[in-house]
Amino acid sequence: MKKEVYINSIGSVSVQKTFDSTQFLEDIVTYNDTTLKVVDPNYKEYIPPAAARRMAKGIKMSAVSSKNAMKEAGLQNVDAIIVGTGLGCLGDSEKFVSDIIKNDEQYLTPTRFIQSSHNTVAGSIALDMGCKGYNFTYVNTSISFESSLWDAKLQLQANEATHILVGGVDEMVDHHVDTHRFIGHVKDKPVAMEEVLSSHTKGAVIGEGSHFFVLSNKKGKSTYSKLTALNIYNTLKKENIAEVITGFLKDNHLLLKDIDGVILGNNGDIEYDHFYTDLCSSIFENTPQLVFKHLSGEFDTATGFGFWLANKIFKTGIVPEIVKLNDKNITEPKRLLLYNQYRGRNHSLVLLEKC
Amino acid sequence: MNRGIAITGMGLISSIGNNVEENLASLTSNKTGISRITQINTVHKNDIMVGEISQTNDMLEKKLGLAPNSYSRTPLLGIVAAKEAIAQAGISNIKDCKTGLISGTTVGGMDKSEQYFYDYFESDDHWNHINGLHAGDSTQKIADALGLTESFVTTISTACSSSANAIMLGARMIKAGELDRVIVGGSDCLSKFTINGFKTLMILSDTYNTPFDENRKGLNLGEAAAFLVLESDEIVLRENKKVLAYVKGYGNANDAFHQTASSENGDGAVLAMEKAFQTAGIEPSDIDYINAHGTATPNNDLSEGRSLIRIFNGNVPEFSSTKAFTGHTLAAAGSVEAIYSVLALQNNIIYPNLGFKTPMSEFDLVPETILKHKEINTVLSNSFGFGGNCSTLIFTKEA
Repeated sequence: MKKEVYINSIGSVSVQKTFDSTQFLEDIVTYNDTTLKVVDPNYKEYIPPAAARRMAKGIKMSAVSSKNAMKEAGLQNVDAIIVGTGLGCLGDSEKFVSDIIKNDEQYLTPTRFIQSSHNTVAGSIALDMGCKGYNFTYVNTSISFESSLWDAKLQLQANEATHILVGGVDEMVDHHVDTHRFIGHVKDKPVAMEEVLSSHTKGAVIGEGSHFFVLSNKKGKSTYSKLTALNIYNTLKKENIAEVITGFLKDNHLLLKDIDGVILGNNGDIEYDHFYTDLCSSIFENTPQLVFKHLSGEFDTATGFGFWLANKIFKTGIVPEIVKLNDKNITEPKRLLLYNQYRGRNHSLVLLEKC
Repeated sequence: MNRGIAITGMGLISSIGNNVEENLASLTSNKTGISRITQINTVHKNDIMVGEISQTNDMLEKKLGLAPNSYSRTPLLGIVAAKEAIAQAGISNIKDCKTGLISGTTVGGMDKSEQYFYDYFESDDHWNHINGLHAGDSTQKIADALGLTESFVTTISTACSSSANAIMLGARMIKAGELDRVIVGGSDCLSKFTINGFKTLMILSDTYNTPFDENRKGLNLGEAAAFLVLESDEIVLRENKKVLAYVKGYGNANDAFHQTASSENGDGAVLAMEKAFQTAGIEPSDIDYINAHGTATPNNDLSEGRSLIRIFNGNVPEFSSTKAFTGHTLAAAGSVEAIYSVLALQNNIIYPNLGFKTPMSEFDLVPETILKHKEINTVLSNSFGFGGNCSTLIFTKEA
């Protein structure tokens, strides 16, 4: 008998003031830009200042979001730590490369290289917590976080672990943004938050963030929801996506009408948002549609924000106006479906249920 | 005992051979792949030695029917190895059952990113490499080359244990019935990034690396790609497949001691090996050969040696590190050595630990120094990495 998988706590550092768990998108940070930085929490409350000085931003953000998740779950340690990240602590990687070039491979120091290792966040959390359990890092663009969820689900269902800390983290770094703007992945001109999803221009607004969750196969006092199913696909034919989604629901003995809301990964890129808008006007026509990337920005693990959003909705029963894409209202949501892809690749479906 | 997961195909390119057969020939004839670096123009070229694959990117691209300078070297090597594995497994239609791909990499497309880091701002000649910096991009290119669509494809990056963890995840996926077949392994090429990174850590040897030797001077970086095909019992039965060996046990733990160094007593390694024995349902005394991580850094070999003494209660079976042949191939090391472990099972051989002369002063562990023929039924392979990542795999002849 497979065990259930519960989301027992959440922690977030994002472009919005999500690190304060008492708030729920009440005080929105607006912008008119092509890149977004996280709202810095007071890192001193979480990290000794001496250590924080040389610490990569991804590690710092994750120290806060992971500690908040652990605190809410009432845990000191976990059986496993699983992190997804598209690019790791990219800021340090890019500084190390530029130092290699500028200094002709001389006078380099190891810190930036060490923090460049993609698994540096998972490693530093383990080190800080003294967690000797299973430790994994997934790095597969927009399904990095979902790969981590998958792995956690596999272990919790089989009762190989009881509590697992799962997260997603990525940094917004100038060189990366500049070069990706060349190839049309980043918007050319600043766009206001209210207009990004209807901008009709190429590319996305790039953000950053760190989201951590404690997943357990035991329900706790703070339980938010239940992870019922997920799937990832490296590619999907566009004309098959609706069928894949209904098939995914069918595998879980559900019909479209059983879904109380769908959280979509629209990012305002005219070249790829049709993956979502086509579904909105077909299979999801009568489903409340929610969006979040105008608030979080786009990054490989932006779906961590979407997952956070879904869980906040389950917990509070509130759907903030700013995330509604259509005029269908959600009352007492029982099931929320998340669908995401990036540039037509790496699709994910995540199904959460109230419990 | 728990049933193992069948391995039905293997593919490998390293500094000691362009395919599995050539690798075996080098391993059994003391032919090291360690040399001076020729394909990267680094200021350190006279201070370091590396395990470099002789084929240039141009040669690899020609072989794969790609235009010059289309891909980073990481996916090029990965495609060569993955295709060999698929061919050996006799797979003509990769989509005839639920197939996945799990690849490990640390370098990804960094070789091209470091080359064109500022050039991108001058001209659009090499913009095709911009998105290659994503580690997942190399996996995507391998998946595309194999014709794998609408499938479970992901990438693991746990430093030098990445591909060992890819094998572990693949075995778990098949065991859980999530996939029928999975191609698992890893790929990493040499780059200025890793050469300089390891240089700052002062763990690069200026001569041939000598694992477990008292006078070891550090590691030689290497490059490689290695993939294995794992298949469910149903597929093996249905297609009457030849099984090369089985993934019998696996264990993953974190040392939680230091970002880059291993703990003095190898706590993480001990935990990983314990878990692997548990999943395999076997005892340490069942192990016939250990393919050690053995990087030849002062820290690794001491920590790993102590962990072996602890787990085997002082009675350590025959062991060797093959890194004196290949260099440390980072993310690919786990799958390279997984294939060497399977070859050890198939050929009943133990590889020599090249360069070993003097036992370490801390203990009396002596690796095998000449090729040994012996009935081998069970092999244990260790892979450790930055971030405290420790992984152990156990391979067996019988399920």
